[in-house]
Amino acid sequence: MAVRVQVADFEVAELQRELLAGAQDEGAIATFTGYVRGINSGQQVQSMELEHYPGMTERSIEGIVRQACTRWPLLAASVVHRVGLLQAGDQIVWVGTASAHREAAFSACEFIMDYLKNEAPFWKKEQGPQGAHWVDARSQDRDRAARWDNGTPKGRTTK
Amino acid sequence: MLKVLFFARVREELGCAGRDVVWESTVADLDSLQARLCREGGPRWSQVLSETNMIRAVNQAVVNGNTPLHDGDEVAFFPPVTGG
Repeated sequence: MAVRVQVADFEVAELQRELLAGAQDEGAIATFTGYVRGINSGQQVQSMELEHYPGMTERSIEGIVRQACTRWPLLAASVVHRVGLLQAGDQIVWVGTASAHREAAFSACEFIMDYLKNEAPFWKKEQGPQGAHWVDARSQDRDRAARWDNGTPKGRTTK
Repeated sequence: MLKVLFFARVREELGCAGRDVVWESTVADLDSLQARLCREGGPRWSQVLSETNMIRAVNQAVVNGNTPLHDGDEVAFFPPVTGG
């Protein structure tokens, strides 16, 4: 399990190779990459400042990955999240999960992202032609994370 | 000593990233600490820290409701998170 919070950009292929090297007998890897949207809530976004709570951020994501490891038979899982000044189109976050079969890898990857968006202490401040503003938390993100509270969402299996 | 931290919109609105508060019996729980910060900071602090969606964390874990504070604890106030 690897959790990294960094200013630097990341190379997806390299992260996937690292994940593969850390797993034994994997048959499936699922990955998610998040990018800075050029338009958010109808407003143009030129850049974004990502603030976080050093220490708590890493601890929070590690806790989420540990939860995923208890729910699904994962062979490896990694999260990389960037902070600092990002431009529209830049990569923000990468999640990778390895398992023997695809269902666990898909579900765990989605679970980690849903929880990360609701629990990990990051805050986005968008900068566009209209000025800068803090991004508001979305109720849809809370609803997505809550889907996992009572077992696994319909159509998904656990170990 | 209690280490108090503010993040994102809260930090900006207070114009303060954090401060140290001497631990004593009058700030031995989270609500008392918040009341102290509001009293010392004035109306602006009272308004910002009393926002209904304010999240409070003690020693880097989110807490719901009041909780005891011990000397050396780290307390943080921040808005709902928006990462990912």
